[in-house]
Amino acid sequence: MSEPLIEMYNITFAYPGAPRPVFQDFNFQLLPEQHVGLIGPNGCGKTTLLHLIMGLLKPQAGRIVIFGQEVSNERDFVGVRQKVGLLFQNADDQLFCPTVLEDVAFGPLNQGKPPAKAIRIARETMEKLGLEGFEDRVTYKLSGGEKKLLSLATVLAMQPQLLLLDEPTTGLDESTRHRLIHILQDLDIAYMIVSHERDFLNHTVGKCCHVHATCCRSD
Amino acid sequence: MSSIREPFSKGASLAHRLDPRAKVVVAGIFAVQMAVAHTYVAALTGMVLSLICLALARLPLKKVLVRLLVVNSFIFFLWVILPLTYPGEAVWRFGPLAASRQGLLFTGLITLKSNAIMISLIALIATVSVNTLGQALQKLSLPGKLCHLLLFTYRYLYVFEEEYHRLVQAMKIRGFKPGTNLHTYRTYAYLAAMLLVRSHDRADCVRKAMLCRGFHGTFYSLRQFSWKRRDGVFLAVALPVLAALLFLEWRIPGLM
Repeated sequence: MSEPLIEMYNITFAYPGAPRPVFQDFNFQLLPEQHVGLIGPNGCGKTTLLHLIMGLLKPQAGRIVIFGQEVSNERDFVGVRQKVGLLFQNADDQLFCPTVLEDVAFGPLNQGKPPAKAIRIARETMEKLGLEGFEDRVTYKLSGGEKKLLSLATVLAMQPQLLLLDEPTTGLDESTRHRLIHILQDLDIAYMIVSHERDFLNHTVGKCCHVHATCCRSD
Repeated sequence: MSSIREPFSKGASLAHRLDPRAKVVVAGIFAVQMAVAHTYVAALTGMVLSLICLALARLPLKKVLVRLLVVNSFIFFLWVILPLTYPGEAVWRFGPLAASRQGLLFTGLITLKSNAIMISLIALIATVSVNTLGQALQKLSLPGKLCHLLLFTYRYLYVFEEEYHRLVQAMKIRGFKPGTNLHTYRTYAYLAAMLLVRSHDRADCVRKAMLCRGFHGTFYSLRQFSWKRRDGVFLAVALPVLAALLFLEWRIPGLM
């Protein structure tokens, strides 16, 4: 069996001032090419789990191994963020450049690609998501659905090997939801989706896991 | 919030088509010259120059006047206070109060200068969208942090405006009516505090999102400005005119 993409061992994490930790001796594994849905009640730690993987939050104890490499400090996570994409719950957090094209090209430019190549990647990614002609639109003037697809484009433009999506369907209309389902079904990388929508998960993931304080239990 | 909508930034006039960098440089020099001008000759010349720029920008006059009204409402208070407090020869008396000639002249000069600066900024800077302005400033080698402060402020102003309206609506649907009482003041204080807390949270989220996309402290700009012949002509005309203005200011003795 091939090496897991993500391994988490005995993770303990508590938010400062919280009465009890979100995770206590938490263990988790994600295998290659797996499409997993993360479910559970509000506040059970779904988003926290994604942020721990990206190094946005640091566990108080435990080991995280990503793509076979143990990651612990900020420098390790800088490398992780080149290969793992995270789609935030709120698109307004993700889109901050003045124009659409600049926002999609932001990641590739940070990866050190020359501007011409970054623009090409940005255009290709947008085309794949059906966002042609949006290049010079201003990000804050887009609709909620357009913003969501665009933030997915900004993440995919970095050509990640693993995608984490945090409640991608919140506030989407039926047709945008369908577009998102098709886009995800066409992706050939592993992904994990946090969602409360069972119907959406049924179309996009192979299995669902309940997030508990100590592990993710298969549904 | 109407000025955030940038009503003047779109257009096809000559002032709109000029390279933003050229406009920023000229408007910047002009504003400083006007601010330090202390003669009526220089101030009047500046006024004429800014009106020429305004004519080139072909903006809706009514909207321009409304904006000038805002500035002049501040200047109105100078007209009330300055003539009465500036020492000099009295030209008008009302009981113990006396308006001095020098005070009146000085207030008139301030009015001229500030309106000339405003008009030139409306004609040259308001005709550039804030986003383009930020990038132009960056191309002019201004500190990156300042340019990004401008761009980020602008980007998230909309989000805060939305958030503000959401909070106000939430207050309204529960029957809040502002009045002159402690309950109103407390509610407004909560509103302000909530906006502050939310903006802090938002800033944190944005930072995280940027980290996730590989941000490491440097911004790269995709925008290419193209310097055209008319920009060269504009600078070739504007810079000597500004030099002449400086000469005027320097040669003609001060008013007071």
